[in-house]
Amino acid sequence: MAKHVVAPVGELPPGSRKLVEIGARRIVVFNTGGEFFALSDRCPHEGGSLFHGKVMGLVESSEPGEYRYTRAGEMVKCPWHGWEFDLRTGRSQCDPRLRVRSYATGVVHGCDLAKDVPAAETFPVRVEDDYVVVEA
Amino acid sequence: MNIAAPRAHLAQRGKLELIDCDIHPRLRAIDDLKPYMSQRWWDYLQTYGSRKRHGFAKGHPYPKSQPSDGARRDAWPPSGGPPGSDLGFMQQQHLDFYGVDVGVMNPLWVGSSDQNQDLSTALASAHNDWQIDLWADKDARLRPSIVVPYEDAAASVAEIHKRAADKRFCQVFLLSRTAEALGRKRYWPIYEAAVEHGLPVGIHVFGYSGWPISNTGWPSFYIEEMAEHATACSAMITSMIMEGLFEQFPTLKIVVIEAGFAWLPSLGWRLDRAFDRMRDEFPHLKRKPSEYLREHIYITTQPIEETEKPEHLTDIIDWIGWDRVMFASDYAHWDFDDPLFAVPPQWGDEKRAKIYSRNARSVFRF
Amino acid sequence: MHAIDCDVHPTIPGMSALLPYLDPFWRESVVEREISSLESISYPVNAPITARPDWKNASGRAAVTADEIGATVFGRWGADAAILNCLYGVQLVFNEDMANAFARALNDYIVHEFLERDARLRASIVLPVQNVEMAVAELERCAADKRFVQVLLLAMGESPLGRRMYWPIYEAAQRHGLPIGIHAGSNYRNPVTSLGWPTYYAEDYAAQSLGFQSQVASLVCEGVFVKYPQLKVVLLESGVSWLPGFMWRLSKFWRGVRMETPWIDRSPFDIVRDHVRLTVQPYDGPDDLAAIEKSIDHFQSDDMLLFASDFPHWQFDGDETMPRGIPERLHRKIRVDNPLATYSRLAALAQPAGS
Repeated sequence: MAKHVVAPVGELPPGSRKLVEIGARRIVVFNTGGEFFALSDRCPHEGGSLFHGKVMGLVESSEPGEYRYTRAGEMVKCPWHGWEFDLRTGRSQCDPRLRVRSYATGVVHGCDLAKDVPAAETFPVRVEDDYVVVEA
Repeated sequence: MNIAAPRAHLAQRGKLELIDCDIHPRLRAIDDLKPYMSQRWWDYLQTYGSRKRHGFAKGHPYPKSQPSDGARRDAWPPSGGPPGSDLGFMQQQHLDFYGVDVGVMNPLWVGSSDQNQDLSTALASAHNDWQIDLWADKDARLRPSIVVPYEDAAASVAEIHKRAADKRFCQVFLLSRTAEALGRKRYWPIYEAAVEHGLPVGIHVFGYSGWPISNTGWPSFYIEEMAEHATACSAMITSMIMEGLFEQFPTLKIVVIEAGFAWLPSLGWRLDRAFDRMRDEFPHLKRKPSEYLREHIYITTQPIEETEKPEHLTDIIDWIGWDRVMFASDYAHWDFDDPLFAVPPQWGDEKRAKIYSRNARSVFRF
Repeated sequence: MHAIDCDVHPTIPGMSALLPYLDPFWRESVVEREISSLESISYPVNAPITARPDWKNASGRAAVTADEIGATVFGRWGADAAILNCLYGVQLVFNEDMANAFARALNDYIVHEFLERDARLRASIVLPVQNVEMAVAELERCAADKRFVQVLLLAMGESPLGRRMYWPIYEAAQRHGLPIGIHAGSNYRNPVTSLGWPTYYAEDYAAQSLGFQSQVASLVCEGVFVKYPQLKVVLLESGVSWLPGFMWRLSKFWRGVRMETPWIDRSPFDIVRDHVRLTVQPYDGPDDLAAIEKSIDHFQSDDMLLFASDFPHWQFDGDETMPRGIPERLHRKIRVDNPLATYSRLAALAQPAGS
């Protein structure tokens, strides 16, 4: 498990997302309200790209007619068949046995970035900036 | 947009050819049709809109689960039109990406079940011109369908005769929810014309019959509306068989599009039982209903049933016949099927080749 | 025990038979307005499906008396009990008050002419579903008699049965331990198919199974089984073999549009396996016996099928009450165990005599 720098924090503002390739893996990084989440881009159902998915909240209900809508921005809905996945865990809402691979994320200050943390893309690292890293 | 290398995907299909029996080209805007319509009908449409046997002037009685009439969320072209409206993007995202060799265009057209049948006639013809000019002329892989104003059989026949000389048109195109079941004799001139030109009749789910979408009234939810497409197609096929349509037109081929198919074997078994018991109603039938079904009905894969065990799905296809099932993606709608998911490698190349292309080549005479 | 026959149809000779059970006003109305019969076109009296020829009596009808039913169902086939589902068309009547009066008379007739005459008979409560308040009142009235083991609705009605206006019926049914029986039939408020009215009677009959599909979708999606977790629904004379294909379809769509009905928190097929039961006649299966066994495997449940002869409807010849091809290993469950698990009011039958 290595840390990969995927973007300067300033380039991934809240509500945005970024698709990165780390080795052969395609990973989508979401910023929800300042928190970063990273999931495999590939929906485990038919392979839709979660990068294109709708980010939304979670609707739950304990009885017909009740719509409890919480956790805004913490679910992603596949752009194809609408399967919902929890950004925090990758867990599928319709089939909890199923997960999309999720990766730990973090924010590292430029001056703390050791030279051996590879960047997913080539961009200059400036010591005064913060960077989003994904452990993959 | 898919950014993975298309070659990697094609490798898993090997050398198998791919015919997609359900691609939906879309108007960028209603103005796309204007060049093909008379002033009278263009003005009428602007003034009164399309009255399609349901109450909503705009949108659908059962709102879809995602925007743009339930489109794949990754299918919006960079050019700005709705999903399915930009040929270049369709080529890039679908035709080239999956290596589609032939794609059948099924326009879900404005005016298909309009209360004003003359407006419907004008709009059908406009959609046929549009399919040629904006699509078929520009990409030979895309094959147009003869859109007909099916509630008016005489006008439909005229449109079939007008278009059939252009051999790119590969089927006569109807929708499933009709004012009467499609086996009823009022629709027979449409089949007669199709047979005359050697064209199959493709029937895509949707349309508005003017009746409740279930025989126990109007349900509440979009999920129920989707489920009910299979019941409408069941009633439609029942009508075709029991009315004797296939005795009258023994070479007629019917292609049922976007209805799934797991319901089909049970329908055949049920009709055989009903036929056995009430045989005196059917002096015009010479064979069991399931035999007509087996011979005349072709079905497309999407939205493919996801069974609890994989062998349950192959049981169903065993019962329908591997020579009767044809791949369809439903591009660019949300319930799109990926060819590898719908027709997995485990089925073996012989069976996959039939579903991917061989059956369609035979039905459409490609 | 040998078997519980969960779908038997008593025939009502005509409205004249109900006159003694009506109050004077309705008795007068029936006579004066020439309401001679409520027979429904769901089962035309002379149609082959309606009564097997060798079961008809001298008048050309079958199952008119408790003796006629008992001679075959108990005498010949050895069932221990049978549930009467009367299809006389009170649901078709447009006047709610009239429907209510006729339903009451019909249920009383069933008690006196059948349940009182053979202790092995049970019955379903026919509801005047035209008015839910009246339906609940009739349910309450009849539920006091434990020989009523189920309530009866039709596969095709005015609105899908999951809709909330019908829920008071389910509340009362659950409270009394009564399953909801849904039988083939229509009140003809809607065309027999979503494409209008078909030409042939056999098409009408075939379309019954489509109505069952709509009802299952409605009951599941509206959340009836979330609201009433003890409720069981029994599909009577539904054709059966359509169920797995329909549930795969509905379950697939649910995974994509779950947000529309968030109270559904597991696969619709799993919900149906827990709450829905089906009587086995007719089982619309293929000719090939191995294929029938495969089609049974598609249910992924041994608990869903209930034995029924559908007497006197003509579903089989001879004494082949169990549809061909259903694996032997399931027969005991289908004949006895599953019915007892479904109908709580039949549990007493399983007790040894005298206990």
